[in-house]
Amino acid sequence: MKGRTSLRHIAHARAGDKGNRSNVGVFVYEPKHYSILIRQITPERLKSEFGNLVRGAVRCYPLPKVHGLNVVMDRALEGGVNESLNLDGHGKSWSFLILDLEVEINTDNLETKE
Amino acid sequence: MPNHTDILRIGTGAGFSSDRLDPAMELVEHGSLDAIIFECLGERTLAFAHRDMQLANGNGYNPLLVKRMNHLLPLCSRHNTCLITNMGAADPLAAAVRTSEIAAQCQLGHLNIAAVLGDDVTHLITPDVELIEPECTVAQIGRPMIGANAYLGSQSITPALTRGADVVITGRVADPSLFLAPMQAHFGWSNHDWQQLANGTVAGHLMECAAQVTGGYFADPGFKEVDELARVGFPIAEISPDGSVVITKLPTTGGRVDRQTVKEQLYYEVHDPSAYITPDVIADFSMVELDDQGNDRVMVCGAKGRARTETLKVTVAFDGGHLAEAEVSYAGPGALSRAQLAGEVINQRLDSVHGSVSERRIDLIGAASLHASAGKFSPDSKDIRLRCALRTPDPEEAANVLWEMEALLCCGPAGGAGYRGHITPSVLTYSALLERDRVKTTVEFIQI
Repeated sequence: MKGRTSLRHIAHARAGDKGNRSNVGVFVYEPKHYSILIRQITPERLKSEFGNLVRGAVRCYPLPKVHGLNVVMDRALEGGVNESLNLDGHGKSWSFLILDLEVEINTDNLETKE
Repeated sequence: MPNHTDILRIGTGAGFSSDRLDPAMELVEHGSLDAIIFECLGERTLAFAHRDMQLANGNGYNPLLVKRMNHLLPLCSRHNTCLITNMGAADPLAAAVRTSEIAAQCQLGHLNIAAVLGDDVTHLITPDVELIEPECTVAQIGRPMIGANAYLGSQSITPALTRGADVVITGRVADPSLFLAPMQAHFGWSNHDWQQLANGTVAGHLMECAAQVTGGYFADPGFKEVDELARVGFPIAEISPDGSVVITKLPTTGGRVDRQTVKEQLYYEVHDPSAYITPDVIADFSMVELDDQGNDRVMVCGAKGRARTETLKVTVAFDGGHLAEAEVSYAGPGALSRAQLAGEVINQRLDSVHGSVSERRIDLIGAASLHASAGKFSPDSKDIRLRCALRTPDPEEAANVLWEMEALLCCGPAGGAGYRGHITPSVLTYSALLERDRVKTTVEFIQI
């Protein structure tokens, strides 16, 4: 049976910054969910979901050895830590913004932990 | 290097400028470490160190240097642990001199203390130098330059270690290079052994943020649990001669080391995972494998290396003027609409009464702040904090933000409470590239 769940139920993530570029490493708990991650979290989707936040290009690098995806977003930090007026100049909270995205999943085997 | 055995044991004593002290002390006391690394320098902290050095009686080194050295030098001496740190920030020589004074006070005059110099390239950054982002010249930034530092590599440190330094204090060195240096000194890896330099760089990268690989910056209750987070331990890397590494921690500390914590840190602040560029090597992290051995031990191997770039990255810091931030809270029914009204009042007053022109940001903390620009968060909070932030070269324009926000207490919407405001000096940093051979580094041992 197909259903929708937030990415947070099947994956964990960490955000980092360099200058005005943010990267978020996203990793599924269960290897069987890896294909959901790399098929459904795409540059096109991220641009459409967060177009107001990400002013530059988005690239997604698959990480098959660790069942993850490295999301790299240019000009996503309103200038970066020294220039932004945002309280979160590092963009540390980006990880949970991405984990809040919904993905389509086969609900028969929704398991969340490794 | 002391304890010359097959396995090199390196600990992390700090992962950023304000990191905790007690986990570092515990690690030196019980970790049987050959070396401990204090990574304390971000783009931002270095820029502030330049500023501080220009003040009367100001120091250009890490504000916690004295406290850390007072506690760590006796421990490191007793356990034969080499201490390497970039706490020198904008003034590594002064930091090393200060450290030698502390060593003398602690009856540790036998310690060999060295400073690594040469990262300060302010004199090479002329107005016509091109920046990488934004793509313009230094002159076109239109602000006073505060200083410029090149990211040095491991080989700026190894000469100090081979000459017997017990403490090495640097300014801007690439974070993983601080860890790679003791590996190169211990195992004799050459500056062109790209494969081993990549292995060591992965280890250094995993270690450089301290607790971030041992359960810090990780817990998400209900999803990712961390035992005893308040006592999270700092990491230990056990480096084998073949370049493989086991990341672990002291069993007596809180936190966790497993595939999940190591994965998150492996790609932290990494862009193209097949090309992680440091001054030492271009490392490919994309096929790195993690073997969870249990008991908070994860083995890491499979990095690939290729020849380093011919340029070094330089951080160029500019005076960013004054950052004004002020906040007022509204609570209870209608909190959001009262806070929104207060924001409108602020905008109107700063525009029309004060003629404020600098870019300004209004946040509704509790409804829309960190991701306010996404603009799709529907709030039902009854506890909203209005924040106004502005950056300006004009101190009076900064002061007006605080003045108007505080004046909301009597002149704004009902129930405004808990005003706080502050003005902090601001720096802006941008990057440039310099030809490697233009950056000359030296090691200076401090003679007491």
